[in-house]
Amino acid sequence: MTPPSWFMALSAVLFAIGVAGVLIRRNVIVMLMSIELMLNAVNLTFIAISRALGSVDGQVIVLFVITVAAAEAAAGLAIIISAFRNRETVYADELNVMRW
Amino acid sequence: MTVHFPYLGLILLIPAIGVLFNLFLGYRWGRGAVNFVAPGVIFAAFIIACWGFAKLLAMPPGSALAVTLWPWIEAGRFHVNVALRMDALSAVMTMIVSGVGALIHLYSVGYMAHDEDYARYFGYMNLFTLSMLVLVLADNLLLMFVGWEGVGLCSYLLIAFWYTNPEFAYNGRKAFIVNRIGDAGFLLGIFTLVYALGSHGVWTLSWTGMQAHREILTGIWEPFGVPVATVAGLLLFAGATGKSAQIPLYVWLPDAMVGPTPVSALIHAATMVTAGVYMIVRLNFLFILTPSAMEVIAVIAALTSFFAATIAIVQPDIKRVLAYSTISQIGYMFLGVGVGAFASGIFHVMTHAFFKALLFLCAGSVIHALDGEQDMNKMGGLWRKLPITYATMLIATLAISAIPGFSGYFSKDMILEAAYASGHFWLWLMGIITAGLTSFYMFRLIFMTFHGASRVDPHKADHIHESPAVMTIPLIVLAFFSVVGGWVGLPKGFLWGEAFVRFLAPVTGEFKATVAANAITLSALALATTLIGLVLAYLMYLARPELPGKIASSAAAFYRMLLRKYYVDEIYRTLISRPLFWLAGPALARGVDQHGIDGIVHGTAFTVDNSGEAMRRVETGNVQHYALIYLIGVIAIGAYYVYLVIG
Repeated sequence: MTPPSWFMALSAVLFAIGVAGVLIRRNVIVMLMSIELMLNAVNLTFIAISRALGSVDGQVIVLFVITVAAAEAAAGLAIIISAFRNRETVYADELNVMRW
Repeated sequence: MTVHFPYLGLILLIPAIGVLFNLFLGYRWGRGAVNFVAPGVIFAAFIIACWGFAKLLAMPPGSALAVTLWPWIEAGRFHVNVALRMDALSAVMTMIVSGVGALIHLYSVGYMAHDEDYARYFGYMNLFTLSMLVLVLADNLLLMFVGWEGVGLCSYLLIAFWYTNPEFAYNGRKAFIVNRIGDAGFLLGIFTLVYALGSHGVWTLSWTGMQAHREILTGIWEPFGVPVATVAGLLLFAGATGKSAQIPLYVWLPDAMVGPTPVSALIHAATMVTAGVYMIVRLNFLFILTPSAMEVIAVIAALTSFFAATIAIVQPDIKRVLAYSTISQIGYMFLGVGVGAFASGIFHVMTHAFFKALLFLCAGSVIHALDGEQDMNKMGGLWRKLPITYATMLIATLAISAIPGFSGYFSKDMILEAAYASGHFWLWLMGIITAGLTSFYMFRLIFMTFHGASRVDPHKADHIHESPAVMTIPLIVLAFFSVVGGWVGLPKGFLWGEAFVRFLAPVTGEFKATVAANAITLSALALATTLIGLVLAYLMYLARPELPGKIASSAAAFYRMLLRKYYVDEIYRTLISRPLFWLAGPALARGVDQHGIDGIVHGTAFTVDNSGEAMRRVETGNVQHYALIYLIGVIAIGAYYVYLVIG
């Protein structure tokens, strides 16, 4: 059986990629995708720990996370569409009117 | 014996109605109504006062009429009532105030006939008289203080009556502020008495209440190691120096001359300046306990009397001469009070009220006739044109100069005799020298104004006219009393003798002589100086009119010093006003207020504004920057927990 630390390592790598994506990419859609990546990295951790401990608690939590993520993606995309209609851009550094 | 007499309240109520009527309805109802109401209410008060006086005369000596109107202050055990009390002393004062006040009101009807602001004028005049009546009828020290402050306020309002002239307004303020300084002393005196009596469980300020606890007043007051009576007495006298224009607070009175002349008459004769004398006589049971405070009063009184008289001899302004003569005469009153002859002080208050009111009203008549001219160098030879004014003013002058038979003679003589008999030889000597100075400056005034060649501006000379009857009748009445007013206090053993003093004795106590004095010799000496003054005035201002100028130029420095009133105003300005203005202006207003307090307020706003300006640069509006800072925060918190676990 694959040891949990392997899953942990994979999860950490995926999470780091997600963080880097949010911080670096200018395109808001890609940032949203990166956030999804981070969520799924966390999901992976939950599943791995759940399996290692023989408990279903983690799996239940993951179902919640997937639900919330779906809702978040819907709301996020709606905001992005709305922002694009107004500003004709999806680049984060150009959506900067909330500033000094 | 104290008898309930509710009509005392009317003495205050009727003038109070007059005040309200004149101030609120005066302009609407017109000049005729005001001219009738304003003197009328004071006459009504005078008639009730006479009624009370008649009742007192019919009762045994030492009786009083009293009425408690309503309770005023109820603080724990400390009670003060709005209560009035008319004993021999307040009866005399009430009649003087309302009687002389009424005549002055009547005169004002003529004097102010061409003034637009007649209703305001008479409203203030009624309020002035009302305040003084409160002062003299009050049954306790606190109610007296109400009247005390009232006359201070009214003097301000009336001195600055023609307030559009900045100098007049300034002089009004000066009177008010100088009086406030004295009032602070008076108030501290009241506090002292409340504290001292209260710490022995006596919570009263009424005359009878305080008098019944004299033993507390003689007790030593711990903080100062002197009797309570001395502390309270000196503080109260400080109040009296302000109100009654004694050294060092007399400076407001000469400048008070800028008000309408009947106001000066009211201030100098009936109301205001006699308040201090009355207060001390009223509290004689307290002052008699403190010989040191009495000594201070007597010395200050004699000095005031003398120095004011020396200033008066050179002043060219007719009203200023009278102003300094008032200061000098009040000095006499305080001298009598200070040596323990309280009744003589009140006697002089009374005679002085007659002849000083008369002098001012005559001066007003002269000024009226000359269209506002007050400089005696521009008068002269007026007696033919103003015969009634001349005759009455001459009577007043004879009275103030203490010519035998006239009222001033009896009262001044009584005071000087008391000063000598109480062993104050030097104060007596100053007193009789002052008597000589008095007759000198008063006859100088008469000679310069009414005799000799006319120096009147030719444009005005044509329409000089005697005043109307409404003005001359008060003059004649006052002249009558200036003669006979003193006859109630003849020398001892002569006809009815000192009837006035005997009447007051239950309130003021008896004067006890310590040095044997021959009344006739003393009187003759005083008369001699008076006649010397008269003859000198005649020589200098009638026989040889060029003489004063020569003397003035040969002793120029001295003359100038007198003319500038010993530079007292200048000294006060340098030592007190200027430092205070500096303290108030550059130091406090600009230094502390604008730079200090405003600096703190503005500084706070400036700091917040600038730090906000700097810190808002953090808000770039770029969501990725926020995410990065968020990440750094997360890492920092994570690192901290790792550190906690490992460390």
